[in-house]
Amino acid sequence: MGLVQLHLPAFQVIVPMLAAPLVMLMARSPRAAWATATLTSWLTLAISLLLLIRVRAEGVVAYHMGGWLPPVGIEYRVDSVNILVLLVICFISAVVMPFARLSVASEVREDKHGYFYAAFLLANCGLLGIAITGDAFNIFVFFEIAALASYSLIATGRERQAVMASYQYLMMGTIGTTFLLIGIGFLYIMTGTLNLLDLAERLPAVNDTRTVRAALAFIVVGISLKLALFPLHLWLPNAYAYAPSMVTVFLSATATKVAIYVLMRFIFGVFGHELSFNVLEMNLLLMPLAMLGILIPSIVAIFHTNIKRMLAYSSVAQVGYIILGISFASTLGLMASLLHLFNHAITKAALFMALGCIAYRLGGVSLIHMTGAGQRMPWTMTAFVIAGLSLIGVPLTAGFVTKWHLILAALDGGLWPIAVFVLGTSVLALLYIWRVVEVAFFRAPLRRIRVREAPLSLLLPTWFLTLSCLYFGIETSLPVGLAERAAEALMGDYR
Amino acid sequence: MSPFPFMEATVAIPLTLVIPALGAVLIALNGRHPNLRDGLMVAIAALLFATVLQILPAVLSGGRPAITLIELLPGLSMAFEVEPLGMIFALVASSLWIITSLYAIGYMRGANESKQTRFHACFAVALFSVMGIAFAENMFTLFIFYEVLTLSTYPLVAHKGNREAQQGARTYLVLLLGTSIGFQLVAIVATWWLAGSLSFTEGGIMEGHVSHALGGLLLLLYIYGIGKAALMPFHRWLPAAMVAPTPVSALLHAVAVVKAGVFTVLKVSTYIFGQDYLRELWSADLLMYIAAFSLLSASLVALQKDNLKARLAYSTVSQLSYITLGAMLAHELAAIGGSMHIVMHAFGKITLFFCAGAIYVASKKTNISEMDGIGRRMPFTMGAYLLGALAVIGVPPMGGLWSKWHLVLGAADSGQLLMVLVIMLSTLLNIAYLLRPAVRAFLMPPKEGESRGIREAPLLCVVPLCITALGCMALFLAADPLRAMLGGIFGN
Repeated sequence: MGLVQLHLPAFQVIVPMLAAPLVMLMARSPRAAWATATLTSWLTLAISLLLLIRVRAEGVVAYHMGGWLPPVGIEYRVDSVNILVLLVICFISAVVMPFARLSVASEVREDKHGYFYAAFLLANCGLLGIAITGDAFNIFVFFEIAALASYSLIATGRERQAVMASYQYLMMGTIGTTFLLIGIGFLYIMTGTLNLLDLAERLPAVNDTRTVRAALAFIVVGISLKLALFPLHLWLPNAYAYAPSMVTVFLSATATKVAIYVLMRFIFGVFGHELSFNVLEMNLLLMPLAMLGILIPSIVAIFHTNIKRMLAYSSVAQVGYIILGISFASTLGLMASLLHLFNHAITKAALFMALGCIAYRLGGVSLIHMTGAGQRMPWTMTAFVIAGLSLIGVPLTAGFVTKWHLILAALDGGLWPIAVFVLGTSVLALLYIWRVVEVAFFRAPLRRIRVREAPLSLLLPTWFLTLSCLYFGIETSLPVGLAERAAEALMGDYR
Repeated sequence: MSPFPFMEATVAIPLTLVIPALGAVLIALNGRHPNLRDGLMVAIAALLFATVLQILPAVLSGGRPAITLIELLPGLSMAFEVEPLGMIFALVASSLWIITSLYAIGYMRGANESKQTRFHACFAVALFSVMGIAFAENMFTLFIFYEVLTLSTYPLVAHKGNREAQQGARTYLVLLLGTSIGFQLVAIVATWWLAGSLSFTEGGIMEGHVSHALGGLLLLLYIYGIGKAALMPFHRWLPAAMVAPTPVSALLHAVAVVKAGVFTVLKVSTYIFGQDYLRELWSADLLMYIAAFSLLSASLVALQKDNLKARLAYSTVSQLSYITLGAMLAHELAAIGGSMHIVMHAFGKITLFFCAGAIYVASKKTNISEMDGIGRRMPFTMGAYLLGALAVIGVPPMGGLWSKWHLVLGAADSGQLLMVLVIMLSTLLNIAYLLRPAVRAFLMPPKEGESRGIREAPLLCVVPLCITALGCMALFLAADPLRAMLGGIFGN
C-alpha cells in the first residue's frame, strides 16, 4: 500500500492510459470493453479520492516522474487547485460509464464499441494529465492526447454531420494547441525551463520583454479556443450537438473545465497576478468577452429547437460566468469560478444525461420530440427540470451557490452593474429552460405511440447527478471549502 | 396543563410545512379515487389550520417561537420565526384554504374541469410555500418560498392548456420570476453584503450600515422586486392570471399570492428597513406616490372592464396598493392599517371571486353586462356578492372599515393630506365599480328569455361564499384584538 500511496499521482494518469489498449483488444465483446472501462473509471475515482486525502494532509503532493528532479524531469504536482479538477473529471467519468452501456449501444455502431471505450479512456487520461502535470510542455502533450481522443469520440455520432463537427473541432482545437505550443516555446527560450514553478520564479526578471508578452498572448488565445471563450466558441455547439449523448455528457462536464483550469494556472500561477492584471490589465479584455459570452449565446440558446444544441450554447454562456469570475482577479472571484467549475459540471452533465434518456426513448432531442414527454417519462423530465433550476441558479441548488459567490465577488470589487448583469442573465437561462418545461409538461403528446420511462441504468446515473445538484446546493461545505483553499492558493500573496 | 395548545410552537412550525407538502403527495397519489382525494384535501386543510392555531397562543403572549432548519453558507440559513404579522397571514391563508377546497370541489366538478388531481396537488404546494413565507425568519428563506409559490401556481394558471391560458401563464411567470430575480435578489444580496444579515429584526437592519442614498435605491429594488404586490407598472401578471379556474383566482390571486407580495412589502419595510430609517429615504415618498397612482388608475381601469373577473383583478391591483401605500407612509398606524387590510381584503375579495365562479358554474356567464336580473335567480350568491363588495369598499358593519380607518389615520398623522384624499377618492371609485354588478343583478329586469333555467350553483359553491361573506361582517368585531396583536410588531 505504501508503494501505491507513493506513486498515486502517476497511477492517476497511467491507469486509464494502460487500460485503453486493453479495452481496444476487447473490441469483439462490447460488454467486456464496457465493463473494463467502467472499472477503470471507478479505479481512477478511488485514486483521486486517495490523492485528496493526501493533499489535505500534506498540502502539496509533488511527484517526480522516473525519479528525475524537476528542472530536468517531469513533475506531477497536486495541490488544492488541481485536486478539484481531478475530482470533477473522475467523478463525472465514474458516473457516466454506467450510463454509457445502453446509451452507447443505441447510438454507436456495435463494431466500434471497443474503439469507442478505448478513446474514452484516452480522453480521460489526457484530461487528467493536463490537470495533474506541473510541466508546461507536458500540458501540451496531454492536451493533444485528450483532443485527438475526443475528435474520434465525436465522429462516432449517429448523424453524418458528426464527422463534419469533429473536423471543425479538430481544426479549431489544433490551432488552439499550436498557439499554446508557440507560447510555451517562447517561455522556454526566455527562461530555459518548462516546469511551471520554475517558470513562475524566473519570469519576473524578463517580464518586460516583448517575447514574454507575446507568449502570454499566444497562450491565452490558444487556451481560450479550447475552453470556447466567446467569440472562439464556434466549434462547440456542433461538436456537442452531434456527438453521442454519453460523449456530450463527458465533454461538456470536463473538457472545457480543464482548459479553464489551465488558463487559471497560467494567469495566476505562472505569469502571476502582477503581470496579468496590474501591468497588462487582462481583466479589461476578459470581462467584456465574458459578458458578451454570457449574453449572446444565452439569447441564441432561446431560439434553438434542438435542445442538445441549446444546452451547448448554454455551456458557452456558463464558461462566460467562469471567466467573469476570473476577470475580477480576486480571491472571491476565483472562488466563484472554481465553484462553478464543479457545480456546472454536475449540473450540465445531469441535463445532458436527461437528454440522453430522451434520445434513447424518443429517438431525438428536438422540442417536437419532447412534446408531452412529462407524462410519458416523468422521472426523466423531473430530473431535467431540477437540473435546469440549478442551471438557472435557483436557491437550494448547486447553481445558486455559484451565483451567490459570483455576485458577492462583483460587489466586493465594487462592480454593481455586473452583479445586476449576472442576475439579469439568469432570467435568460430561465427562458430557455422553461420552453422545454412548457412543451414537456403542458402539452399533450403528439403521437399515440406508447413511450415508456427510460430504463433504470440510464435513469439512476441521471438522478444521482440530479440529486447531487440538490445536495451540493444545501450541504455546501465540501465544494466551498475546496474552492476557497484553491482560490487562496492561486492568489498567493495577492489576497 | 391546559389542553390548548396541544403541542409546542416549535413543533408546530415545521408541521405547518410538512402537512401541505405531504398532502400534495397524498393528493397526487390518489388521483384515481376522486372522492377519497377530495376528502383528503379538506382534511389536510383542516389539519393545517388546526396546526397553525397551535402557534397562536405563544405569539399572543408575546413570544417569538423560532427554529433553524439548515445553514447553507455561513450566516445564510433556512430558518423560521413567527411574529404577529406572519401569524395573521398564516391564519388567513390556512383558514380560507378549508373553505376554498370545499368550493374547489364544487366548482371543478360542476364545471367539469380536467386534470383535477394536478390542480389540487399544486394547490397544496402553493399553501406549503405560503406557510414558509409567513413564518420565514430571514429574507433568504422568504425568497425561496416566494419562488416556490410562483412555480407551483404556474400550472394552475396554465390549467386550461389552451393558447390563451399558456400566454397568460407565460406573462405570469416572466413578470413574477423576472422581477424577483432581476430586482429582489439583487437587493437581497446587496443587503447581505452591506448589512451583514438578512434576519427580520425589530427596527430594521439597515441603520448604520447603509447610506440613505443607497438605501433608497435598495427600497426601489425591493418594492419592484416583489412583483406579487402588483405595483404598477408590474401589475400585468395579475389580470393575465385570471385565465385560471376561479378557485385559483379566489384563494391565490385574491389571498395567498398577492397577499404574499404585500406581506413581503410590509415585512421588508418594518423589519429590514425599519420605519425610522424608511422615513428618511428619498424613494419612500416616490413609491408612495406611485402606489397612490396605481391605486387610482387601477380603479379607473376596473370601471372599464365588462368581464367580472378582470374587473375584480384590477380591483385587487388597486387594493394591494393601499397596503403598499400604508407601508411607504412609514407610520405605525398606517402599517397596522395595511396589515389589517391583508385580512379584510382577503375575506372580501375571496367572496367576490367565489361569486364570480358560482355565476360561471351556474350560467356560464362571465360578463357583467349579461348579468341583468341574475340576482333573482341566484339570491344567495348575489347577496354574498353585495356583502363582499361592501367589505372591500369599507362600509360599516364590515371589517373593511377598520383597515381604511387606520390607513387614513396614519396618513393624516404623518401629514400626508394628499394621501387621505386619494384614499377617499378611491373609496368612491370602489363603490362605482364594485356595486354596479350587484345593482344590475338585483334591479335590472332580466333580458328576454335569457335567464330562464338558471339556478343557484351547487351547494358546495354557495355555502363557502356565504361563509366568507358572513366572515366579512364578523371581522367588524375583530378589529380590537387584531390591532392589539399587530401592535406587537412595534413592541407595544
